[in-house]
Amino acid sequence: MIDFIFEPLQYSFIQRALFASILVGLACAVLGIYVVLRKMAFIGHALSHSALPGLVIAYLCGYNLFGGAIVATVLTALGIGLIVKNESVYEDTAIGIVPIFMFAFGILLISTTKSYRDLSAMLFGNILGVGISDMIWISLLTLFVIGTLFLFHKEFELFSVDPYYAKAIGINLNLMRYGLLFLLALTVVTGIQAVGTILTNALLIVPVASARLLTNRLRTMMILAAVIAVSSGIVGIYISYYFNVSSGAAIVLMTTIWFVGIWLLKTFKNK
Amino acid sequence: MIGRLHVPYSGCRHGNPDTLAPALEIKNLSAGYSGEQRLALKKINLSVPVGARVAIVGPNGSGKSTLLKSVAGLLPIRNGKIKIYGEAVGACFHRTVYLPQRSEVQWSFPIDVRKLVLSGRYVHLGWFHRAAKEDYQKVDVALNQLGIKSIGQRQISQLSGGQQQRVLLARALVQDADLLLLDEPLNAIDADTREIVSKVLKDLKDKGKTVIVATHFLDKMAQDYDGAFYLNEGEEAAIPPGGFSGIKLR
Repeated sequence: MIDFIFEPLQYSFIQRALFASILVGLACAVLGIYVVLRKMAFIGHALSHSALPGLVIAYLCGYNLFGGAIVATVLTALGIGLIVKNESVYEDTAIGIVPIFMFAFGILLISTTKSYRDLSAMLFGNILGVGISDMIWISLLTLFVIGTLFLFHKEFELFSVDPYYAKAIGINLNLMRYGLLFLLALTVVTGIQAVGTILTNALLIVPVASARLLTNRLRTMMILAAVIAVSSGIVGIYISYYFNVSSGAAIVLMTTIWFVGIWLLKTFKNK
Repeated sequence: MIGRLHVPYSGCRHGNPDTLAPALEIKNLSAGYSGEQRLALKKINLSVPVGARVAIVGPNGSGKSTLLKSVAGLLPIRNGKIKIYGEAVGACFHRTVYLPQRSEVQWSFPIDVRKLVLSGRYVHLGWFHRAAKEDYQKVDVALNQLGIKSIGQRQISQLSGGQQQRVLLARALVQDADLLLLDEPLNAIDADTREIVSKVLKDLKDKGKTVIVATHFLDKMAQDYDGAFYLNEGEEAAIPPGGFSGIKLR
């Protein structure tokens, strides 16, 4: 049994994967609180899909993949913000259009290279392939996201509970809105390394949704969501190692198992 | 605060109020919501002296909320002027407090009553600062005053309509503002809460605060207010026959 746990740890790629999964889990859980409570799930979905062309262009030109993904997601976030500000298009329509364009554009680009193996890593993630420079990027992004949320917690909270009052005391609502989208874009980029563009949104939503079934308190919810996300990452990596299956899929499936388990527990307890 | 960097939300320093100016002076004000051609307020003139309690009365959609929102700086002004203690809107955020309608607050957000009331201190704290002991003390005083001390730890998602209204009023008091803009604080409240609101209005007057209340309740007008301003379809309306008028507001 002990060997079962320690055997994979001798490999540095497993160590790096675990390190990355812990950080990604933390960032997604903390920011996911706002994504779920502010009903931004659809935007998270959009941003993660939009990273694809950035990843592909960076890959083709030999640039840093993180840089490419950040540029693409941040541009998408700003694009959605601009279209919505115009008020002639509904927000959900804008969020529906922009990422589909970006995703299709990304597929089109990668089809020129015929390298579908790399495409699959972009779509479904490859946490077992995390290198040293990836670790540094993930650490910096996670630190930035959590640090920013910590520093501006009271403003983000008030902006979410009572935007009118927030505006009446001089807080710029657009600054808060774009700030949150920017953090979301960065978090999505860390998640892509772990579970890929298609599944990243699950890491933002499912741990928080599960935690929300258990508690009404913001702090407890954040801690529970982090525990669920991080444990799913770790267990997912072990499953991937032992059964030779996709790490991204295993991680996301673990989060949904948490969700279904908690939901069943709650439903039957209430009966 | 001495020695600590203070970064106000609005980015600008608070102006020096004109001590001789009325609490609120509105001249020829027209306002509307963004994206709409229609004016929600047309050519409003209103002057509220320091220390007065004024009711803004009118049916739903008459522009009561729009008027308060314009004064709170939540809506762009299309035309005319608003002066608060002689200063432009936004020059003195901490001296004006806006109490939104209950329906404009996200009550499902997972925070407790104390935390929501505490947000009334944020305008004094600005960016980066955390609430200190005296901020929490002010919260406790306000919770006591409104008789909701016992539900301080309760999640805001579990409040009745009357409790929600008391919580919002507590937050408005915690801000220690001089001009209070209360949007429908009497909506969906029970008799006990009504009683408490009356007491709070009286107490605010004793402290020399100026209070403007948007309402469509016409009971206890003479008891709770010093003056009334009637609105209909965005324009000033005449005092209805037998209606309360009180002090002059021009």
